Amino acid sequence: MLVFRCPYCGVDAEETELSPGGEAHLTRFGPGSSDAEFSGYLFDRENPKGVHFERWRHSYGCGKWFHAARCTATLEVFGTYPAQTTEPPKDILDTLAKKRPGWTWRELGAK
Amino acid sequence: MKRYSAFALVREALNDHKGWSRAWADAQPKDRYDVIFVGAGGHGLATAYYLGKRFGITNVAILEKGWLGGGNTGRNTTIIRSNYLQDPSAAIYEKARDLYEGLSQDLNYNVMFSPRGVLMLAQTHHEVRGYQRTAHANRLQGVETEFVGPERVKEIVPIIRLDGPRYPVLGGLWQARGGTARHDAVAWGYARACSAMGMDIIQNCEVTGVRSEAGKVTGVDTTRGAIGCGKLGMVVAGHAGVLAQMAGFRLPVESVALQALVSEPIKPCMDVVVMANTVHGYMSQSDKGEMVIGGGADGFNNYTQRGSFQHIEETVRALIETFPMVSRLKMLRQWGGIVDMTGDRSPILSKTPLEGCFVNCGWGTGGFKAIPGSGWGFAELMAKGQAPLCDAFSLDRFREGRFIDESVAAGVAH
Ligand SMILES: Cc1cc2nc3c(=O)[nH]c(=O)nc-3n(C[C@H](O)[C@H](O)[C@H](O)COP(=O)(O)OP(=O)(O)OC[C@H]3O[C@@H](n4cnc5c(N)ncnc54)[C@H](O)[C@@H]3O)c2cc1C
Ligand SMILES: [Zn+2]
Repeated sequence: MLVFRCPYCGVDAEETELSPGGEAHLTRFGPGSSDAEFSGYLFDRENPKGVHFERWRHSYGCGKWFHAARCTATLEVFGTYPAQTTEPPKDILDTLAKKRPGWTWRELGAK
Repeated sequence: MKRYSAFALVREALNDHKGWSRAWADAQPKDRYDVIFVGAGGHGLATAYYLGKRFGITNVAILEKGWLGGGNTGRNTTIIRSNYLQDPSAAIYEKARDLYEGLSQDLNYNVMFSPRGVLMLAQTHHEVRGYQRTAHANRLQGVETEFVGPERVKEIVPIIRLDGPRYPVLGGLWQARGGTARHDAVAWGYARACSAMGMDIIQNCEVTGVRSEAGKVTGVDTTRGAIGCGKLGMVVAGHAGVLAQMAGFRLPVESVALQALVSEPIKPCMDVVVMANTVHGYMSQSDKGEMVIGGGADGFNNYTQRGSFQHIEETVRALIETFPMVSRLKMLRQWGGIVDMTGDRSPILSKTPLEGCFVNCGWGTGGFKAIPGSGWGFAELMAKGQAPLCDAFSLDRFREGRFIDESVAAGVAH
């Protein structure tokens, strides 16, 4: 069972206390974007076997959305961080560099 | 390959069963094939079979990283039905159900297709209206289904409790010609027929890269060396995204765990398949007497092929109100498979941005029932570049907004 520490209230919450919210750090494309950008934003997903960044909500706790870094191949949780960011914080990236050297994901950061 | 028959059984019984030959040959990879399939699950094997049978293409290899049928094909709860809402779905699932009826004869291999009937319970007024609508749609599609009232439900399933406090049974969508089949036998039967046509089934051979030149596929890298090909079919279910990444494109697919469990064997008590979609649980009884039980899928990406306790609890809890006898059963074992979910909960049978490379995935929680129909259509798509059964399921439907929205009709993992 997955256990995440909610970055807002500090509670160690288990899976049943949380709701999964899908891939994190999606750039939202809207009017004016190309068809490919828009359908990519709506449907294409990273779906990696390995390091993944996701949105979760502490539904049966403080109710807030946060981000988590997790391995989809082992279910190891690397850490959680607040939702108000376009990329994972340095401490998470450092953990990943140590635990999963050479990990890849799609390009991160604001566009 | 020797044919199986009643006569062969008698002959071998008198011969200490020493004369049986291997069902399929354990092949070594060659340098090049006309067509390579990645994934020896039901869909990959069925496609290879119909490619040979319908189009005479037999210089084919089916590469499997583990063992034949060890993916979702060997992990599912084997429900077969075709009572979908949308026309393209009804067409491919009904083709599959129809082929299942004659599959044992066609393959000369007993897939134990058991058209025992599938009943989908309506336990809210919303569901009643939804299933009545599906029954009407099915009538127009030529798929035999019927909406039945609670009394008929009780006749079909005597162990059911109709007047549960939270979700009384208000009726159901009944497909008398739906049922189950032996999952392993479907994979083995197709494999045996493919091998007899001279195709190579290569196990313990993981594809690790896709080779291409000038936008056209030329072969694959595997743990047993590079192999060239003219066309490539990716049929890897939960690993579709991983293969797509090797080929340089992305898919609108997410991989999540779906699990199932079986009880201790008990005497025959239910001779149909029952699905309770509002509470997210379904059940049938295997020939061994075990109650085969499934529920909903996880909501997060996962490649670990195992389940979780809270899901078992949720699923069993859901069924107890409608089937009180379940509360006295001991559960024997539980397992998980990684299913490939698309945005509209319909599969993808399509060309890809890489020329010569085709993808068959996105069957998610319900692709066992589709195996023969999917193989039939996908073989045609790969041979001719176009197929009536597959055209609506192409990848561009997401860009063009032509969704085949079955999430309502399916309701539950099955
Ligand atoms: C618990 C559970 C219950 C289900 N219940 C039902 C049901 O009742 N009715 C129904 O219709 N459907 C059901 N399904 C869904 C059904 O099982 C699948 O849709 C179907 O079996 C998919 O078949 P497939 O051939 O596409 O995939 P699979 O059988 O998973 O085959 C894909 C194969 O590809 C191989 N592979 C992956 N990557 C590579 C690689 N890199 N190189 C080589 N090989 C590779 C895998 O090892 C695997 O053997 C259920 C699924 C689960 C998990
Ligand atoms: Zn919280």
